[in-house]
Amino acid sequence: MIPVGLPHFLVLSAILLVLGIFTMLTRKNAIAVLMGIELILNAANINFVAFTRYGAINFGGQMAAMFVIVIAACEAAVALAIVLNLYRRSQTINVNEANKLHD
Amino acid sequence: MPGLFDIFFYLFAIAIVTSAVLVAFSRNIVHAAFSLLFTFFGIAGIYVILSADFIAIAQLLIYVGGILVLLVFGVMLTNRVSNIDIRAAVRSRIPALILCGALLFLIASLTISGHWIRYDQPPWNRSPWSHDAVQQVTSQVQGTPREILDKNGSEGTASEIGKLAMTDYVLPFELVSVVLLVALIGAATIARQDKSVSSTIPRKETA
Repeated sequence: MIPVGLPHFLVLSAILLVLGIFTMLTRKNAIAVLMGIELILNAANINFVAFTRYGAINFGGQMAAMFVIVIAACEAAVALAIVLNLYRRSQTINVNEANKLHD
Repeated sequence: MPGLFDIFFYLFAIAIVTSAVLVAFSRNIVHAAFSLLFTFFGIAGIYVILSADFIAIAQLLIYVGGILVLLVFGVMLTNRVSNIDIRAAVRSRIPALILCGALLFLIASLTISGHWIRYDQPPWNRSPWSHDAVQQVTSQVQGTPREILDKNGSEGTASEIGKLAMTDYVLPFELVSVVLLVALIGAATIARQDKSVSSTIPRKETA
């Protein structure tokens, strides 16, 4: 068995990325689509931190991971507000049926 | 003979992949939300074995404590639990499966066949900041526990990240703080009850 190195972490993050894309593509529920986005952001974060540990960038990867986490928090708050507003207006959070710009 | 590092990596990796598969394939949106919890915990563990302690704590605080709670709130507020509306519909699984399988094959084969240069030292041993700090401390005081900690590099990454956030990354840091403020104000504004809209929904009489 090969000792765990950078490729292991990269493959793990590739699996997470693919599962996140799959979740985004196949779900109709807007909140489940958000979960897929969170999976993709976490996959990117694993890459950043793994390159900090194994690569030649000193702490740039961890700084980028911090910024990604903060932006993910913003994104989750705004997206949840939009989803709640959509639900209040149209009684559904199915992304296929959210096709009206206004009433 | 696998070391402790390898064992923990595979433990966390198995936890992450199983729970992420549950997120992707579970029919019940509440089950998906709760398996996302285990995915986030596993990723925090991966950060720990990558010796990124500050990021691991931030992951626990922000993802598990903030974003996941927001998601569960969203699930609970938008699903009529009394109805059996909680099952999430899915669409076009087979094409998505083919596409994602091809993408995974592409990324994984590229990753495995790539020639990665290995840097076996953790980042603080090659950081210019740590080096300067050690030099300063050694020139002034000899043999304090703090100096030994600095030399062995086990102080953690929080001080390095703090120094970088105040020097090299000060512009993105300030920008991101403004973005966070604007996003939270915007979220509160969007989610606020609008009088004209809320009047169309039957609401409970308040005494």
